[in-house]
Amino acid sequence: MTKPRVAVFKMASCDGCQLQLLDAEEALLDLAGAIEIVNFAEATSHVEPGPYDVTLVEGSVSTAEQIEQVKAIRAESTFLITIGACATSGGIQALRNGTDLAEHVRYVYPTPAYVEALASSQPIAEIVPVDLELTGCPVDRGQLLAALAWLLQGSVPRPPTTPVCIECKRRGYVCVVVAKGEPCLGPVTRTGCGAICPAMGRGCYGCFGPSQPPNTDALAKRFIELGMSPTRVADTFRFITGYAPAFREAAERLERAEAIT
Amino acid sequence: MTHRSVEVPVVARVEGEGALHVRIDDGQITRLELEIYEPPRFFESFLRGRHFSEVADIVPRICGICPVAYQMTAIHGLEHLFEVEVPERTYELRRILYCAEWLESHMLHVHLLAAPDFLGFDSAIEMAQKGFKPQVERGLRLKRVGNDLMAAIGGREIHPVSPMVGGFSRAATAKELRAFEGRLEDALAEILDVADFVAALEIPEFPRDAELVSMVNQTDYPMNDGDMGSTRGRTWTADTYEEVTEEIHVAHSTALHSVFADTRSPYFVGPLARYNLNEATVTPVARDAAARAGLATLPNLDPFASMGARVAETALSIEEALRLIRDYTPPDPPYVAVTPRAGSAAWTTEAPRGTLYHRYDVDDDGTILEAKIVPPTSQNLRHMERDLREYLPGVLDRSDEELTHAAEMVVRNYDPCISCATHFLRLDIERG
Repeated sequence: MTKPRVAVFKMASCDGCQLQLLDAEEALLDLAGAIEIVNFAEATSHVEPGPYDVTLVEGSVSTAEQIEQVKAIRAESTFLITIGACATSGGIQALRNGTDLAEHVRYVYPTPAYVEALASSQPIAEIVPVDLELTGCPVDRGQLLAALAWLLQGSVPRPPTTPVCIECKRRGYVCVVVAKGEPCLGPVTRTGCGAICPAMGRGCYGCFGPSQPPNTDALAKRFIELGMSPTRVADTFRFITGYAPAFREAAERLERAEAIT
Repeated sequence: MTHRSVEVPVVARVEGEGALHVRIDDGQITRLELEIYEPPRFFESFLRGRHFSEVADIVPRICGICPVAYQMTAIHGLEHLFEVEVPERTYELRRILYCAEWLESHMLHVHLLAAPDFLGFDSAIEMAQKGFKPQVERGLRLKRVGNDLMAAIGGREIHPVSPMVGGFSRAATAKELRAFEGRLEDALAEILDVADFVAALEIPEFPRDAELVSMVNQTDYPMNDGDMGSTRGRTWTADTYEEVTEEIHVAHSTALHSVFADTRSPYFVGPLARYNLNEATVTPVARDAAARAGLATLPNLDPFASMGARVAETALSIEEALRLIRDYTPPDPPYVAVTPRAGSAAWTTEAPRGTLYHRYDVDDDGTILEAKIVPPTSQNLRHMERDLREYLPGVLDRSDEELTHAAEMVVRNYDPCISCATHFLRLDIERG
């Protein structure tokens, strides 16, 4: 049997998700025996053209050129997996979405005319169909390796969509909202990280994106009862995965309510 | 007239994406472009209006390889502005975390990014498949100690969650950290083998003059604390960073390059600079590793000596982590209360690949008004091009493939992190 041909590409991002593959270390060497890595610029100078059996894409679509690049990658790929918050919900750089791009460009770069960027930082699935989305900032290494292992066995993995809260209960972590009165997005964020923020004594900040279904309004009400202003609560939703529809809409509702009062 | 173009469409085995264009006319380089097509992400812009308490969760997203450097620079700067007194134990835990990041980043560079160059392989995977499996596995094992230590302190190694302004949301227990003692001792024994491995590689020599820049610290090898210094005797501090250095706009380029404001000359940050400027505080095994890996006498300004400096600093990170872990008691409470006040917070720390500068202007209730971030790679970019201009003429008679390889090696000496370099885009420089 020929080994599946795997490619790894990067759009606008921090490299952290593909680093999860390099950080897999021994597993990476084992994996290299089961698959053929034919395009992974961060790891190897060896580059082969498509088609690819499995393609991993990190990062958000942030320039016009990347729209074309993503379309070309899709056309070459049998199974396309987007990895991480940038690729699945636009990433933290999507904080620019819905704001004045020219002002951001002017603030950071002295010659704005040279800077090419789309008004919005977009998830890959807004441009092309995606076969599997693995969320997280960064993507969880266990989920990533498990997904590849499932695919090697001919199955399609289905990562959990239950909230971080469930994970905390399973692991017996003390609830930071109840015990410390700290805001935590755990009730509306999907699990996958292992509930590391509550484990570290702090609130979840939503790296893995919205759980299904997320009751964001009830949580927002609780945060306001804890003494936060609606604007600060909106900021809490508008963060690492703030462009994910459920979090974006929650933030917008809070801002509309703030505008009325 | 003979014309030859060398295109490297993707510079492989660096963090982030860049390309290089070289044009040679009649045996002379007439055009050299290090093109960076990493798209802008506008961190400094969208930091404005956010609360100071969110900064330590935002800035690590600039770089997945050195998130701790970004967190530490922001946290120290803001604590300095807010006059927060954190206990000595908090400083020690931060230093252990920083050691862990140096360890993983340097071992990633030496084994996965750089070593294949000198052995004629495309990747560490190929190295492992073709006779160097024990060496690759040793490198990965060392790297894993750093990663695991970061995760033990920060919850995860990429984008740790516990560091905050005021301390840590949770401090690792003494038991959790002492569990690393045995692995760190093994790592310390193995690092000397890595030094010998590096010494045996056929690494080119490129003894050119340069001004190297890093933090300097008289008591501890600099990570989180220190003033600035250079190999030509300049001294300054974080508070004057934006006066002493300047980000300039090059003709035909959208890139901002750092230079000294007075002489307009480029400089070079990173492990080699740190090692040259802080020899007095180098730990014993690190000194031994450096001597074995080609850094016996200083100053040594050869950019290819950076490999040796990375190995020496890996040894130093292990020694420092071991020393601190043996005496470790967790800070209790893990964080102290913080009251924001208006002002400007400037700080530098030493990221694995060089000095990282942050400034935040903050209002009375702790909202960020202005942000400025100067990553090590954008500071090195101009110097990287200078090295290419000086090095490539000596190898122009080689094939395109070999020339490309030589150019990539020069770039990789800097361990560039293009994702970090929020400040540069397409490079297009032409000089007569």
